[in-house]
Amino acid sequence: MSIISQDVSLAPAPNEVPVARRARTSINRRGFRRFAIALVLPFGLLLAWWIASNQGWLPEQILPSPAYVYSTALEMIASGEIFYHAGVSLRRVVVGFLFGALAGLKLGMAMGLSRRVDDYVRPLFLAFAQIPTLGWIPLLMLIFGIGETLKIIVIAKGALVPMTINTAAGIRGVPESFVEVGHALRFSRLQTLRLIVLPGAAPSIFTGIRYGLTHSWTALVGVELLASSEGLGYLLVWGRQMFWLDVVIVAMIAVGVIGFLMDKGLDVSEVYVQRWNDREGE
Amino acid sequence: MSVPASFRTRRLVRIRRGLTLPVVLLVLWEVSSRGGLVDARFLPSLEEVYFTAKRELIDNNLIGELGFSLFRNVVGFFIGSGLGILFATLLALSRTADALITPTFNGLKQISLLAWIPLISIWFGFGEQAKIVFVAIAAFIPVVLNTYEGMRNAPRDLIEVGHALQFTRVQRIARILVPSALPSIATGVHLGLIYSWLATVGAEYFLAVGPGVGGLIIAGRERFDMALVMVGVLILGVVGFILNRLAATVESYLLRWRATTH
Repeated sequence: MSIISQDVSLAPAPNEVPVARRARTSINRRGFRRFAIALVLPFGLLLAWWIASNQGWLPEQILPSPAYVYSTALEMIASGEIFYHAGVSLRRVVVGFLFGALAGLKLGMAMGLSRRVDDYVRPLFLAFAQIPTLGWIPLLMLIFGIGETLKIIVIAKGALVPMTINTAAGIRGVPESFVEVGHALRFSRLQTLRLIVLPGAAPSIFTGIRYGLTHSWTALVGVELLASSEGLGYLLVWGRQMFWLDVVIVAMIAVGVIGFLMDKGLDVSEVYVQRWNDREGE
Repeated sequence: MSVPASFRTRRLVRIRRGLTLPVVLLVLWEVSSRGGLVDARFLPSLEEVYFTAKRELIDNNLIGELGFSLFRNVVGFFIGSGLGILFATLLALSRTADALITPTFNGLKQISLLAWIPLISIWFGFGEQAKIVFVAIAAFIPVVLNTYEGMRNAPRDLIEVGHALQFTRVQRIARILVPSALPSIATGVHLGLIYSWLATVGAEYFLAVGPGVGGLIIAGRERFDMALVMVGVLILGVVGFILNRLAATVESYLLRWRATTH
């Protein structure tokens, strides 16, 4: 699986809160400098954007002024509109992801634990996985219509594939000798699973969760762009149709922020769940 | 020939087991669509799918449509991955560029790829240009991430050797950074290829002007022609599979020297 290194985050991204806090506790001046330098480009772009729209170099429909986008954002926050759409999208992702991830976990465990199941299922599974989630949407639309069911299925499928593959690979990767220790200790099958196999496969399962969530989020945006009357993807399409670029930009920022928060949330929970694994790590 | 018998039977067992489910499903499909157990609009018979495929291939120039899709895919992929490697090299080489640009890049990459489409369609319209820009972005991101990572993790001792030999900047790139980052670059390019195919399909869905396989599927959906949609989806899968294989082959060819050094 070479598909795994996609999300390697670049350098320790100086994200706002911790760095600011560190700077206040005053030891880490370099961190603060890094943070300041990191802000140069965004502010530079913002300035260029502001000048460009202020001078009327680009028509309002192509590039609305930052002030206008800002006021739209405030308006959408005040009216709760952005939270409403973000909430709809989030609910869909959570439900779809849970379905997909649980199904993937079970399927992956079955494939990882039993050669027989693996032999039967893997070729068909890989053939299905070959077709991008986006490809399935029109087909599923014909069968399920454009309601909630469609969205949940598409999002679940996004999570299912990486979850299954990584869980199966993780379980396969648990060293034979560990399992033998379990035999020596006369563990029951359940104990072996719970105390040896699953902890051994945990890092790989987490990789699956991470990719699953990323894929779910992408699938959500895709399915909402194609067929939805609420949610962030709908906001994007709607803003596009009305030529309200300010709405489009606010929706894009919301998509980015939620994606970022989910990623960070996973980071935290991964460290927490695998805290026993500290010494070994890399 | 010299394969041990047990090995051979094991392979046969695997093939037999692997084929079981698909065959069962196909039979179920055929039986239920012929026997009228399922509405034929939702599940057309295999024969109908086959005839649709034939019709599209021979009469409706499916190959041509596919050519358009692949053309966009390839052009966007090369632009995106080429720029991606250059960009990542810049970030990996220059501390200043790294400090200035990397955080912003990391922020922007959080925005899910498809969310760029409305903005791109406003800036570049619905034509070829917009699609290629989108495909290029899709390839750009994973290539940058992996190339950067690979160059950042070039072994310290190699870099020190470079210092000791008083390498120039160009030598440092060509002799140390690129070779040691090559596996990561290959991974990035491989991912870039997969993502750019996904993006090609996405672009054709959402910027639905002009020929292409994505357009075909959308048309099938609008006409409620399940057989056509199935043919389109199948093609997506096959092309994705071939691209994937191609990338894997090129990757292992380019990295063949590694096997000997380890």
